[in-house]
Amino acid sequence: MKLWFEKQRYLIDFTLASMARRKARNLGLLGVYTVLVFVLASVALYTHALRVEAAKVLAASPEVILQRLVAGRHDLIPPGYLEKVGRIRGVQKKEGRLWGYYYDAVVKANYTFMVPNDASIAKGEIVVGPALERSRGLAAGNGISFRSYSGKLHTFIVASVLPQASEIASADLVLMHEEDFRAFFDYPVGHYTDIALSVANPLEVRNVALKLAAALPDSRPILRDEVLRTYASIFDWREGIVLALLSAAILAFGILAWEKASGLSADEKREIGILKAIGWETGDIIKMKFWEGLLISLTAFLAGFVAAYLHVFYFAATLFEPVLKGWAVLYPEFRLTPHIDGLQVATLFFFTVFPYAAAVLAPIWKAAITDPDAVMRG
Amino acid sequence: MRPMRPRPSTLALLLLMLATAAFAATLLDAAVPREQREAELNATRALVARLGLTDLALFTEARYTRHPSQADLHSAFQDHPLALEHFPTGSLLPPPRYEIVVRETALPD
Repeated sequence: MKLWFEKQRYLIDFTLASMARRKARNLGLLGVYTVLVFVLASVALYTHALRVEAAKVLAASPEVILQRLVAGRHDLIPPGYLEKVGRIRGVQKKEGRLWGYYYDAVVKANYTFMVPNDASIAKGEIVVGPALERSRGLAAGNGISFRSYSGKLHTFIVASVLPQASEIASADLVLMHEEDFRAFFDYPVGHYTDIALSVANPLEVRNVALKLAAALPDSRPILRDEVLRTYASIFDWREGIVLALLSAAILAFGILAWEKASGLSADEKREIGILKAIGWETGDIIKMKFWEGLLISLTAFLAGFVAAYLHVFYFAATLFEPVLKGWAVLYPEFRLTPHIDGLQVATLFFFTVFPYAAAVLAPIWKAAITDPDAVMRG
Repeated sequence: MRPMRPRPSTLALLLLMLATAAFAATLLDAAVPREQREAELNATRALVARLGLTDLALFTEARYTRHPSQADLHSAFQDHPLALEHFPTGSLLPPPRYEIVVRETALPD
């Protein structure tokens, strides 16, 4: 065992000395490789953590949201609609929700105006989300005016700011009293935006949705399961622009690996010829090159992954910010709880380390089994 | 006499061991429970339950990106029938995958 270990160490010594002769090329390769793993791992870690976070947070959202559609468009719930829902068995609680969008021309951002059902906000006061606090420089006790869609100016006092920790769900919220909301948007009395239903038995949710669709044909029930599924597929890293951009990088790396796989440089061929001529066996040469491939790919994988972990969970995925922000002015500042999906890491390892090690070995095998004299002559 | 330099293989194996240890540390770090984060998450969940929120405030640029679960599938192409979706978020955010409850073609989406 000790002999085997010593032999491998000498092979590594020799490999490193040989790699040092092509320092720029190997360091460049290691750099590109590490960056590629870093970007792929960052995307994988970020999307997985976000999916887990969304599933945890949205598990508390209403079981069923009932929208009314008119000519294929979302419309207000008229008076009397809520009562019809109440007659459906299995529905434990039903509440009309009041919410809408407001475009603030001052900071060119969209806010979500909402009325909490527990009537916890006094008339004339609002509670704002943390992103709004930042963008408008608001604090508790400040006054703020919004021009409503009818042209009237409405002034509110900021009662408090929602906690920063919940920013992922509440960044752009403006919570207000029901009367203020109705006056601001000229909302007709008794009308609601949509209806939130709670269903006592989770197994009954689908049945309730079917009954709702039958009893109220102009309605569209949105189940929590559907919402969760939407968020499970959100940022799916196999889709979207991030991967589209990455595919160019992957392709470039593929070309690099292919270039290495399809032929050896004259220097490398000569080296193999000399080694064989002085008595190295084919197996030793392959072992040496195996160490070369493993050292580069394993170092790149480990360094890239660790850097990606720090980037996503300790530096809030700063490099992705421009892509993820899009055109949104209000962007939530949030830290994700670290989550690692073992399968994802294994997949990443398999697709980054193995192809390279294989690409390195194939041409070496070809050169190592030919006659040293022929190899040296090229 | 020149001081003995460590063998390249010693340095390389040391570096690999260090990198492996850092990798193991990330796995460990992710597995450690975080009480403060749990408390914050519970507070967020309570807020979601209290307000009946349905979506994350990740993309606030358009109404169908702010509440993807509440928007109808055509809202991204609302300007005219052949209009391409013009918000950058549209390329990150796939349209919601609703299951059809009963009405297969009775109503749009």
